[in-house]
Amino acid sequence: MTAPLLELRNVTKRFGATTALDDVSITVHQHEVVGLIGENGAGKSTLLKMLAGLHRPDGGQVLLSGDPVDLGSPARAARLGIGVVHQEQSLLPNLRVAENLLLGHEGDALRAGFFRRKRLEAAAAEALATVESKVSPASLTEDLTFAERQMVEVARAVASRRPGRPPLVVLDEPTSVLEAEDVAVLKRQVMALREVGSVIFVSHRLDEVLDFSDRVYVLRDGKVVGERTSQDATEADLFRMMIGRDSSAGFYDEGRQRPADPDAVPVLSVKDLSRRGQYSGVSFDIRPGEVLGLVGVIGSGREQVSRAIFGAEPHDEGSIVLDGQPLRLRTPAAAVRSGIAYVPAERRVEGMVGGATVAENIALVHPGRGPVVLPARRRVVAQEWAERLDIRPRDTAADMARLSGGNQQKAALARWVLADDLRLLILDHPTRGLDIGAKEDLYKLFRDLCERGIGILLLADTLDEAIGMSHSVIVMKDGQVTARFENTAVDGKPQPIQLLEKMM
Amino acid sequence: MSATPVHDVATLEQQSTVSRPKNNRRLLLSAGPAVALVVLAVAFAVLTPGFATVNNARAIVEQASIPLVLAMGSTLVVLLGSVDLSVEGVMAACGLTFVLLASNNRNDNDLGWLAFVIAIGVGAVFGVVNGLIHTRIRVPSFMVTLGTWFIGLGMATVLFGTTTPQLQDQTFRAWAGGRWLGVPVVIVFAALVTVGAFVVCRYSKLGRYTYAIGGDEAVSRVAGIPVNRFKVIVFCLAGALSGLGGVLATIRLGVGDVSVGSGQLFLTLSAVVLGGTLLSGGRGGPLHTLVGVLILVVLGNGLLLSGANPYVQQAAQGLVIVIAVIATGWPVRDRLRVVK
Repeated sequence: MTAPLLELRNVTKRFGATTALDDVSITVHQHEVVGLIGENGAGKSTLLKMLAGLHRPDGGQVLLSGDPVDLGSPARAARLGIGVVHQEQSLLPNLRVAENLLLGHEGDALRAGFFRRKRLEAAAAEALATVESKVSPASLTEDLTFAERQMVEVARAVASRRPGRPPLVVLDEPTSVLEAEDVAVLKRQVMALREVGSVIFVSHRLDEVLDFSDRVYVLRDGKVVGERTSQDATEADLFRMMIGRDSSAGFYDEGRQRPADPDAVPVLSVKDLSRRGQYSGVSFDIRPGEVLGLVGVIGSGREQVSRAIFGAEPHDEGSIVLDGQPLRLRTPAAAVRSGIAYVPAERRVEGMVGGATVAENIALVHPGRGPVVLPARRRVVAQEWAERLDIRPRDTAADMARLSGGNQQKAALARWVLADDLRLLILDHPTRGLDIGAKEDLYKLFRDLCERGIGILLLADTLDEAIGMSHSVIVMKDGQVTARFENTAVDGKPQPIQLLEKMM
Repeated sequence: MSATPVHDVATLEQQSTVSRPKNNRRLLLSAGPAVALVVLAVAFAVLTPGFATVNNARAIVEQASIPLVLAMGSTLVVLLGSVDLSVEGVMAACGLTFVLLASNNRNDNDLGWLAFVIAIGVGAVFGVVNGLIHTRIRVPSFMVTLGTWFIGLGMATVLFGTTTPQLQDQTFRAWAGGRWLGVPVVIVFAALVTVGAFVVCRYSKLGRYTYAIGGDEAVSRVAGIPVNRFKVIVFCLAGALSGLGGVLATIRLGVGDVSVGSGQLFLTLSAVVLGGTLLSGGRGGPLHTLVGVLILVVLGNGLLLSGANPYVQQAAQGLVIVIAVIATGWPVRDRLRVVK
């Protein structure tokens, strides 16, 4: 048997006092898809950065095809055949696909500082062919769909290796932003990649990891805590290894779901809300302590409705009544003053101020009375919330951008729930891209808020989440409400298939 | 419900990249300014006698020449996502350097063509200094070039001394009204620079990397592009073109003048923006800028011919720019969008 394509032997990586990777040994054979799972902070990203040539191990060895190698820099790792497709897309939208594919390693497509277009496009077409992508090399990258762009990234990862090297493609959370049908396309492409090389597949979604991979490694606290072949593993197994305990008990904290009082004055009452070309006749009530899940596919108009309620987008007709008071001023600032909070889906873009400290982020919306923000006061408040929400690290003077996704989201939420007069919380994909532990913490927080009598409008990441968290579920399709499941008890909730029927 | 909560029945992900508004925007960025130019020209042709004549067309092209040379450099810098405010200072410094090195009434220098080349070289050095301070010491290009603007003016004032230096080199003086192949010399320069900038932006590594850096600097760095080196090169080119503009303007005047570039910064930067090159970088290009320069020159020329008050002309130019910027931003209006 030939030497495995990649072998990590007892690799250790420390950052100061913390050990990010502790004696990790992983083997990836030729023509194999290896899954890698673990919570945020388990060491996955450190491992990926090491493979990408961004970190050097402090101890242990990395072997490629049996030879010890030093992955000194991204360019070096790429030449050796390791291509990492990062979670955030790294294509330049304003360039053509071919230029993006060969950026930085154009080879003979450049002569005397000028591009030879035909060669460039031929080389790009070749790279695209290896992942069976039908994208034209001459098209502008921003015109591609998200899924197509991801394929281009995979193609780039494959294309940058030195000839003769089998590719090892590392996919970091590739499915977190893909639609169901695109996931199927990705699966085909991963299988095609397996024919020529190997793939390391990192995902939060255990079902997908099992579906894509031949073998799965589980990381926890920087150590490999388990290795299973996909045939012999179940999601429950993996979950247990990953979290270190059983999963089944009340993931959505349903035991704490209290029925909302049908006679109470609704926190939010939306009547016949319409916007031309987007949605029409949308009506619903949210009572104190009630979670209302709004589900629908892209284009159903649910995002627009939620943003209209927050005043971030205009609407043409209909009324929005908060606590019996009709809302007049339609701006985000007015919405905040009347007690509406909005946690956007694009956390990095709209949900946080990177570069500012955690404390500053938490105190952003409600800095306290008067025009003066006392840093000392801010620290005290931020510290309290960091503890209540278990934001790690506890250091509220840390830069927000350095926190992991789950902790960023907690800090972003803390900023809103700080307010005593919070009435309505609009959550747009609040758990997108978070690991299971962080999700559980957030679900607990949402239940806490319900007990305070706050209403929640939830645009869930998955149907399960919408059903698990919500008292009522409203289904939208093409801008219309197609189904309502109102104020259901915990055991009377709709089944996913019932919602799907109305969504499609 | 299933006992394994991480199981997804369906994903409801929202794609943040809907392509339609982007297409609209791109169309508006590329076709909008051209349409505006045509509308403007037709309007003046109908309303103002004397606008639609061959002589006036020639005058417009000649007026546009020096701004075009300057604006091409500015375009490259803006495509990077930076800005070069030093245009007027560099023009003045280079113009005076040129006069004092060529045959003049102040000293015995008579370097001829070498004076022309050295003066442009001075502009290139200004550009390199801009680029180095911006990239190595990490000062925003806005602040660096604001500084070098006044360094250039100061240097020009020192060179100017007490009496106005006059250009006496007959070759260059003949250029002022001269023609090459029937085309005024200054137009030849403008055409060469415009075509050169177009080719560089479209086909060269330098040009494409400039777009890449303007698109996303961090991504470009990770892809292995030596971002700083390319930035310095682009600033150097822009400085050299400012120098060329200063020298051409000086030849036309026949004397060295500190205020030779006065008003050119407003004209070039607004032409770049009007043409549809985004200040955030990565989008637009030389052809956009060509249209932008023509719009401003046609507007000025048309208003002059129609006998409008010069102050009204200035206000009209400002108004056109604001309208153009509103129009290019129209499809991406969103109340949560941040405007800086």
